[in-house]
Amino acid sequence: MTTTDAAAPAVPAADDAREPVLSVRDMRVWYGTERGPVRAVDGVSFDVRPGETLGLVGESGCGKSTLGRGVLGLTPPGSAVDGEVLLRGTNLVELTPKELQKRRGPELGLIFQEPMTRLNPLMKISEQFEETLRTHEKGLSKQEIRERSLEALRGMGIPPSRYENYPHEFSGGMRQRIMIALALVLRPAFVVADEPTTALDVLVEAQIIKILADLRKNFDTALVLITHNLGIVAEACDRVAVMYAGHIVEQGDSREVFANPQHPYTKELLRSTISLSTTGLHYIPGSPPDLGNPPEGCRFHPRCPVAMRGCAVVEPPEVRLRSGVRSTCWHQAIEVDPSLADELGTDGREPLAAVKEISVADEA
Amino acid sequence: MPTKPDTDAATVAMDKRAEDPVEPETLVEIENLEVHFGLRGGLLSRMTGRGAGAVKAVDGVNLTLRKGEVLGLVGESGSGKTTLGRTLLGLNSPTSGAIRYRGEDIAQYGERQLRPLRRKLQMVFQDPHASLNPAMDIRTAVGHPLIIHNLVQDEADYEAKVVDALERVGLTPPERYLTKYPSDLSGGQKQRAVLARAIIAEPELLVADEPISMLDMSVRAKILQLMLDLKRDLDLTYVYVTHDLASAKFFCDNIAIMYLGRIVEYGPTEEVFADPKHPYTKALLAAIPEPDPNKAVPRDLPRGEIPDAARPPLGCSFHPRCPVALAGCGWEARDLRALLERRWLEMPVEEYAKEKALFADLTALGEPEVTRLSIAPGRGHTQEEVLEYLRNLREEGSAAQPREPFWSGVVAMQAEGGHVVLEFEQSRDPRLRLLPETGVQVACHLYDGTGDE
Repeated sequence: MTTTDAAAPAVPAADDAREPVLSVRDMRVWYGTERGPVRAVDGVSFDVRPGETLGLVGESGCGKSTLGRGVLGLTPPGSAVDGEVLLRGTNLVELTPKELQKRRGPELGLIFQEPMTRLNPLMKISEQFEETLRTHEKGLSKQEIRERSLEALRGMGIPPSRYENYPHEFSGGMRQRIMIALALVLRPAFVVADEPTTALDVLVEAQIIKILADLRKNFDTALVLITHNLGIVAEACDRVAVMYAGHIVEQGDSREVFANPQHPYTKELLRSTISLSTTGLHYIPGSPPDLGNPPEGCRFHPRCPVAMRGCAVVEPPEVRLRSGVRSTCWHQAIEVDPSLADELGTDGREPLAAVKEISVADEA
Repeated sequence: MPTKPDTDAATVAMDKRAEDPVEPETLVEIENLEVHFGLRGGLLSRMTGRGAGAVKAVDGVNLTLRKGEVLGLVGESGSGKTTLGRTLLGLNSPTSGAIRYRGEDIAQYGERQLRPLRRKLQMVFQDPHASLNPAMDIRTAVGHPLIIHNLVQDEADYEAKVVDALERVGLTPPERYLTKYPSDLSGGQKQRAVLARAIIAEPELLVADEPISMLDMSVRAKILQLMLDLKRDLDLTYVYVTHDLASAKFFCDNIAIMYLGRIVEYGPTEEVFADPKHPYTKALLAAIPEPDPNKAVPRDLPRGEIPDAARPPLGCSFHPRCPVALAGCGWEARDLRALLERRWLEMPVEEYAKEKALFADLTALGEPEVTRLSIAPGRGHTQEEVLEYLRNLREEGSAAQPREPFWSGVVAMQAEGGHVVLEFEQSRDPRLRLLPETGVQVACHLYDGTGDE
């Protein structure tokens, strides 16, 4: 997919100055099913720089978890990955499973969703750390292991006096912090956190978000935070990528995206989020499409309030707006480059008449 | 016995009732309700014969539910909100207290006595995927209550009632859904089917336990809107159990904030949100992530997590996390351990090891409900050193900004027979009381006049 630039060409924004740790280019992940291939991730591109947190948001089934797993090479058997996942220049997609395994831990990390089930209940916290460090960094002395572990735990707010305890002696929030410490003790350059706070309470969730937000200050770890909670992204992420039906429809600086959402899906998603300032209920009609048989043109057009006739026929290009935000919508594309309107055909900019009647119950 | 909530404010909050001056009838009254769960304990505690004790999941709750009201029970996991909701319907049996449904105390009713009432008291569970039998088609699942309660004469009657329920919840055209199985439906559709099943027997009260928390953002608002529509059309009363303050703010007329089995704040939703009183309510509100970057406020989060309900803190359960706790809030030995651990967290390892060596046994500090603590000095250290160390901590803590509230609860600290003895202020349980000139009840010493030092 080519990107049309609204800003003057070849003038990188200030935050683009550092080389990305991870560059994903036109990545695709398919699952084989009885009904044919399901394109869970269908051509996404993004960069993550050192110390940067990228929030990946979307509804369930939009492909955000598949994307996170796919980047780490953890997609299940029966799936296929295509495109480029460049970790400091090496394409992970082309590596053998063994080579990839070597990079997990010291270079690639994953923080899972359910802290309750991810720690070995029969091992003390100290043993979990020893095992991790021994496996990935051979030759560390006992003293070094202890120091490294305590330092990582301390960063997550776990007192050193609890080092010899078993997982059941910790609360859910503490276990999640231990999980994060366990991922970070190897100092990976790039970490995927898949819904790290979903199973936790409001206050504990806020504590973890704060810790993740501090991470980028204290370490140079690049983090992809997968969540469906837009509030978390607004608070903990530098940049955000909004996914819909296997595509990234909008990405950019998270403050900018949340303050001035561009893509109609982002707008609708923000409007339908129930927050403390909610005074009326709003929701997106219809449901996300079947990824085995996605709609023609823009995948959001059947639910889009501002869809045009052309949207149902031609897939929109990704354009870069003046604010640096990238959006994949015909409205912004035409704004940036009016000549693109020709692609939509003669009556392509007519509104797509009130879409079709959608039954209220046709929802996710 | 606490005063009833301010009905004026509750009435105003309900648009439908604004023109109706008659006070709505009381539907359910809960009085001093306690639900305790006995702990079986581990092998060791059974062998040594030490009682494992009980978890006080609901610990003395008083509530009044009026007809047509939406009451929110809000709290973190372990707060007892779900247990309270389930007990209200007789799904858990209360240890003591009364649940008066239309004046009839159903608290100690057995299954047989409850059966006819169940028709009027229905529940919607959190996980729509787990609350529908995967082997039952929608026609059977939604109509099941009709069979159980013997509400239909014949097949045609049954069909008509199921179709009507499906239409009410927006599963239209009903014919399309009658023969479907739960696995054919999306999460939102399943929750609609669950709602259809809940309303088909014409209930009065619906307890909805986190009905939207498993659903996607874009669907949540739809289900909430549906619940509002059903309430209007069928004259329902809701108890909405949730941890999500944002949806509770929108959805509820009255709200009860729960913490470790007790209600800490209770009143009309508008008042509670406009001016939260209890430090816990304030903390919860501050913790909600705000998607609008222009409204985001800096966080000042309470430390720690919700305590173990089997060993609740003394006095006010929130005191170990409370930034403004007072001397009488229930300080005890465990709080000293927490204080030390917080301190050691920010120290280089060597210094931490030095300080830790002052104490012979830290686990002794972890025992609950110790208000006279005797600390043995570690090997090679004297009680004077320990006392000196704690005195320094107290000075630091009292001078710190914000002040460390722990030390206000320590009334005496001296060396005694080779040990250092700490005595804590006598604790008082805060009781829920109505604040003057508001409709809000709050259980906190800051507001009951006993907090003045």
